[in-house]
Amino acid sequence: MYYNKLIFEISKPGRIGHDLDVKTTNLDKLPANLKRADKLVFPEVSEPDVVRHYTNLSSKNFGVDTGFYPLGSCTMKYNPKINEKVASLPGFQLVHPLAPEYAVQGSMQILYETDLLLREATGMDKFSLAPFAGAHGELTGLWIIKKYHELRKDFKRTKIIIPDSAHGTNPASVAVAGFEVLEVKSNENGTVNVEALKELLSDEIAGIMLTNPNTLGIFEKDILEISKLIHDIGGLLYYDGANLNALLGRGKPAMMGFDIVHLNVHKTFSTPHGGGGPGAGPVGVVKHLADFLPGPVVEKKNNKYVFKTPKHSVGRTGTFYGNFLVILRTNSYIKTLGVENINKIGNLAVLNANYIRKLLENDYVVAINDLCMHEVVFDGLVDKSTGITTLDVAKRLMDYGVHPPTIYFPLIISQAMMVEPVETESKETLDHFISVMKKIAQEAKENPEVFKNAPHDTIVSRLDEVQAARNPLIKFDDL
Amino acid sequence: MFKYFPHTEKDIKEMLATIGANSLDDLFVEVPKSIQNKAFVDIDKRLSEHELTEQLIKISNQNKILEIYRGAGAYDHYTPSIIPYLVGRSEFLTSYTPYQPEISQGTLQYIFEFQSLITRLTGLYIANASMYDGSTSTAEAALMASAHTGAKKVLVSQTVNPKILEVIKTYCHYQDIEVVVIPEENGYTSLDFIKAQSDYAGVVVQNPNFYGLIEDYSGFSDVIHDANALFIMNNDPQTLAVIRSPGEYGVDIATGDGQTLGIPLSFGGPYVGYLATTKKLMRRIPGRIVGATTDRNEKRGFVLTLQAREQHIRRCRATSNICSNQSLMALWVTIYMSLMGADGLEKVNELSYTYSHYLYEKLLETGYFEKVHDQNFIKEFVLKAKFDPKKIERKLVNKGYLFGLPLLDNQVLFAVTEKSSFSKIDQFVEVLKNVLQ
Repeated sequence: MYYNKLIFEISKPGRIGHDLDVKTTNLDKLPANLKRADKLVFPEVSEPDVVRHYTNLSSKNFGVDTGFYPLGSCTMKYNPKINEKVASLPGFQLVHPLAPEYAVQGSMQILYETDLLLREATGMDKFSLAPFAGAHGELTGLWIIKKYHELRKDFKRTKIIIPDSAHGTNPASVAVAGFEVLEVKSNENGTVNVEALKELLSDEIAGIMLTNPNTLGIFEKDILEISKLIHDIGGLLYYDGANLNALLGRGKPAMMGFDIVHLNVHKTFSTPHGGGGPGAGPVGVVKHLADFLPGPVVEKKNNKYVFKTPKHSVGRTGTFYGNFLVILRTNSYIKTLGVENINKIGNLAVLNANYIRKLLENDYVVAINDLCMHEVVFDGLVDKSTGITTLDVAKRLMDYGVHPPTIYFPLIISQAMMVEPVETESKETLDHFISVMKKIAQEAKENPEVFKNAPHDTIVSRLDEVQAARNPLIKFDDL
Repeated sequence: MFKYFPHTEKDIKEMLATIGANSLDDLFVEVPKSIQNKAFVDIDKRLSEHELTEQLIKISNQNKILEIYRGAGAYDHYTPSIIPYLVGRSEFLTSYTPYQPEISQGTLQYIFEFQSLITRLTGLYIANASMYDGSTSTAEAALMASAHTGAKKVLVSQTVNPKILEVIKTYCHYQDIEVVVIPEENGYTSLDFIKAQSDYAGVVVQNPNFYGLIEDYSGFSDVIHDANALFIMNNDPQTLAVIRSPGEYGVDIATGDGQTLGIPLSFGGPYVGYLATTKKLMRRIPGRIVGATTDRNEKRGFVLTLQAREQHIRRCRATSNICSNQSLMALWVTIYMSLMGADGLEKVNELSYTYSHYLYEKLLETGYFEKVHDQNFIKEFVLKAKFDPKKIERKLVNKGYLFGLPLLDNQVLFAVTEKSSFSKIDQFVEVLKNVLQ
């Protein structure tokens, strides 16, 4: 049966869900001018009501544990349960962030170790684990670039170069960090056009932000030349770690000349995406930028872990030390895999993506006809005569129990479908996906009406997003 | 192979043959040889589940589990046991941002409920789907005020948590927004100082403030609005069940950290920030927003909406870069608020008030402390010690207590929640007296 109630709609006056037995009325002593006059009205529900309500809601969701989730750029890999178990240990959960250092050595050890592990992954020399998410890591990294030039009194460096294929957060982070965006075009191979890049270079360039492999799933093979060009004019190289999964076991951003890296541990290191957070976006830097990291960072002195605020720190980025329990899961993941398995990740992720690319190339346009890395971007159906769009294909996929890929991104591919089949997906899962995609291509020719109202088998059908934006109903009281 | 990787050797061979590659190395021909190297060389071999569990329990034992009398932005409230079970359900835990609404109604609906509860709590028109924490939501509110008014200065009360002030300064520095600190008078924000200011984008205050005092912000909104600026208030949302709400004070942007709504201390995170604002400022709000709509069968459903504000559409014209937030923690506090209800939140506050005032009196009775402010607090307060509080901190840790947070000038910031009791407090004060003798 379809459950469609809001928590407010199962409320009944007089029900309670808590067990606090309180007879006193000491709050009456507070002066009336400090107190709430407008009495708070919240749902009144029992504990079983709440449990059933949210259990019902969960059944309306699709997760990695439900089925194949090839959402490009999001690295929807299996989220190990052992990570959840260790993150629930009371010794980690009940610890106050402002307890003195000697009382929190265990948590500080986790931060310290994870810094070392992430250095291993990237070749960077020091990490801050404080940024809360990938976009927050980007912002922190850009602040480092700004502060670095500021300290050198080089105030004319106001521009950051970004490829036209970049994630939307890149230009937004650049703007919020107070820089201007200079966009560099991609060439026909989907990589940075080095000649176009050269034309943009000047002493006003603070740095460049790159994702490698890029959002087309293509390795920026001119990376060494790009890094030399940028360094020669005094700029810094920023690595958007969204796509690091492709390179685990194959190469480190530091070897490509990057100075600053942010990682999305909810992608590369298996921490749950949680319906959109909490993630974590640790930022790593090369040695000469370590003094710019946000504070505090953890160091080890005389066998004790101590907090230290770097000398030229860009500033504090959150109230405490970031999403600690997410960092703990990262630590647990890397230790569970160990060196021998973590180095297989890139190989298997890239193998999976190329397998899909090869077997779908006759039905869907491969955007860049070359080996891909961990993800493959298609530019809609090969047969354009049917009028069936990428959105139609995505909606139809849900009828077959597959989460659609990322669609209409990157923006430079008009009918983009970005498929990222991670290393935890089996050949059988990929074969099923490929057969479904072929069947959909067939349907586009033979039975295009089926797309009009797809998906058919989901609990709600296509929702009216135009109506939602025109007449925003954004809370229960608006309904 | 390894338990997370389903590929057999045979699978790999077959897949390579399909692709037309001889080896896995062939797939990486585009990656220059000079930069190819193993990611991890210098870490240990893998640990089995039981080895890992043992190791991490051992590390966690290096943390001391203490009876907590400290707050300063993170409070030891109780977590009802149903919450981790529900939040831990795979369908919530392993999904991502609800880009495909047809198969994400669970996430979209709880965000809608979160927005609804936050608007009622704050008394404002619209709340977003959550922010990273209370400090970044307050900093983003300051940027919002600057973008809205065009002014490049924000005023922040000295009674705001100094760590939140630091984060506001970080965000503002890189946009050349000046941060001016409004001085306090006996623990309260000076309205006279604000009256003397001009050309500012907004005023940031906190209630209860850093010292635990409930401030009376009557009159602030008129002064601030007369200067064409925005009034920004950071609250402890748990206390909003009983103290005057931002809506009642004429606040334009309400922010805060949901940690007090049953989120474990967890060494500082993950917590969840919220940001709520007026109808007028609706299109300036950062982050995701969920709205109700209908499907083609007129069935109610929820979608991400008002997306024209967001980074992936506006790109370099965006005023916030936030993409994902703390969705699962928004679910955490949504379940907390639903379960506790207004009655439960009032009772948590009643108990916190009762115990914190009891501790306050007991500490004064010892003769080792003197008063600093008046007594308009709900769970947190400052006393001035007649000794150096830093010197006894370790002795108390060894006895199982986390003492109040030492501030400047021998002042100590204490916090007490509903988890306390008269007998716990009596025992703590006895131990403290013994340590001081």
